[in-house]
Amino acid sequence: MNQTLEIRWHGRGGQGAKTAALLLADVAFKTGKYVQGFPEYGPERMGAPITAYNRISNNVIRVHSNIYTPDLVVVVDETLLDAVNVTAGLKENGSIIVNTDKDKEEILPKLKGYKGNVYTVDARKISVDALGKYFPNSPMLAAAVAVSKVMDKDTFINEMRASYQHKFAKKPEVIDGNMKALTMTFEALGL
Amino acid sequence: MARKDRMSGNEATAYAIRQVNPDVMPAFPITPSTEIPQMVSNYIANGQMDTEFIPVESEHSSMSATIGAQAAGARSLTATSSAGLALMWEELLLAASNRMPCVLTLVNRTLSGPININCDHTDGMGARDTGWIQIYAENNQEAYDNFIMAYPIAENKEVRLPVMVCQDGFITSHAVENIELLEDEQVKNFVGEYEPEEYLLNPGKPIAVGPYAISNYVMEARKAQEMALEKSKEVILQVAADFEKMAGRHYGLFEEYRCEDADYIMMIMGSAAGTAKEAVDALREQGKKVGILKLRVFRPFPAKEIAMALKNCKAAAIMDRCESYNTNGGPLASEVNAALFRNKVMIETVNYVYGLGGRDFTVNHVFDVFNELEQLIENGIEPEQYQYIGLRK
Repeated sequence: MNQTLEIRWHGRGGQGAKTAALLLADVAFKTGKYVQGFPEYGPERMGAPITAYNRISNNVIRVHSNIYTPDLVVVVDETLLDAVNVTAGLKENGSIIVNTDKDKEEILPKLKGYKGNVYTVDARKISVDALGKYFPNSPMLAAAVAVSKVMDKDTFINEMRASYQHKFAKKPEVIDGNMKALTMTFEALGL
Repeated sequence: MARKDRMSGNEATAYAIRQVNPDVMPAFPITPSTEIPQMVSNYIANGQMDTEFIPVESEHSSMSATIGAQAAGARSLTATSSAGLALMWEELLLAASNRMPCVLTLVNRTLSGPININCDHTDGMGARDTGWIQIYAENNQEAYDNFIMAYPIAENKEVRLPVMVCQDGFITSHAVENIELLEDEQVKNFVGEYEPEEYLLNPGKPIAVGPYAISNYVMEARKAQEMALEKSKEVILQVAADFEKMAGRHYGLFEEYRCEDADYIMMIMGSAAGTAKEAVDALREQGKKVGILKLRVFRPFPAKEIAMALKNCKAAAIMDRCESYNTNGGPLASEVNAALFRNKVMIETVNYVYGLGGRDFTVNHVFDVFNELEQLIENGIEPEQYQYIGLRK
């Protein structure tokens, strides 16, 4: 990876898009990368559209601006497709991942003719099956790693187990469910 | 041994505060610096440091309590942003004029109006004439390093002035990036114990702090303060040299990035300097002789040093993340232009105001600025001398 991988996250306040971006920075750091994970703050409140960003590189990252030509866009909330121009600046040879129970053909008309790779992930189903609750950020994080190939699956899974064990030290009962959500996402994407 | 980690600018600052373990921290929360006292409180609650944390009811009180604690003989600090700093206005001058070597970590945010929580340097620039030393950071690493250097500068017996350690709100305060941390023991040894010569809680040597001065003394007191600030330049460089021996990272009053043969130099502060360096590397690949002068120490203002650093370029862009309302230029440009004139360095300068209220500043903006400088020199096309970047008209 000679270039910097740039990722833009679209979510709604409270869904964990910022947390997912920070977790991705965290796990990429552990594999020896230079990382940035940062949110763009507007009038934040539950449900309002929010944006978060990642830069991941083998070289020191010095740029401190938002990302306008991402390699990957992750849409954590499908309703944003009607509210935000999620493919703005997205590279033609890049990818977009949408959290939806619809398949790719149903989503495409909302992507303004985007010609790159389009992936759909039913994060609600995965999350409810794995965790019993709807937390889209673990499946969407796994999808971002699977699609961007920023690290291989086994490395990711191992690092995430360590992260969750640390993060949920006082709630160990949610670790297995989150781990399951990660692997189910890889399987669902066939990656 | 240095330890590689990743954290946000606020986390890095809180981590440095834990390592320094000052005696007293009064604080009142305000976005985007709130996490700093919050994280310090956690460290204290977890028994990882023993700083006395004082939750106060306003920033007027947090700075007052910081001064009070410092005057009593305790190493003290507070954290704030924006309106919080504005509310401290009177106390900022008191801290400096009473020669209190306390530290304030400022997470730069604009001031109303319109009300906005994002970064620009309006708060810091508003405090530029309060007598504090001001040091600005490009990223989380510099925010961390600058905090560790703050007390050795402030407490130096020839300085004894408060230090404001500044970083850009959200852009660095809330961005997780790689960082190299020092060991607790290294930081502890570097900063050392605070041993004030004179302090209120010393019954053997009673003193008064902040007494009335009749007209016959005020000018002498001000001059002494001004001389200490002038002297601090040397101390800042000495502390940086000591820090480099320990940490291997070099700091000066400013950083010259690819300036050695540069025809065009952009002078800039804070997080945008990293973005500007990226642009400079791209332009250098096209054969353009461009460089960045990143100002680290805004107070004391290294006027002569800046003039000397710019004297061989053809044109300089002075970048202000603040509107000063003097209708003639931003605060940085006004001072740089004065420095150039006083030192008889007659180069072209153009003043740009950028990034107000968190408006994004990009690599492309830097390209545009250098292009204007080149057009000015090569083709005589005069740009607007004082202009806003990315302004919708």
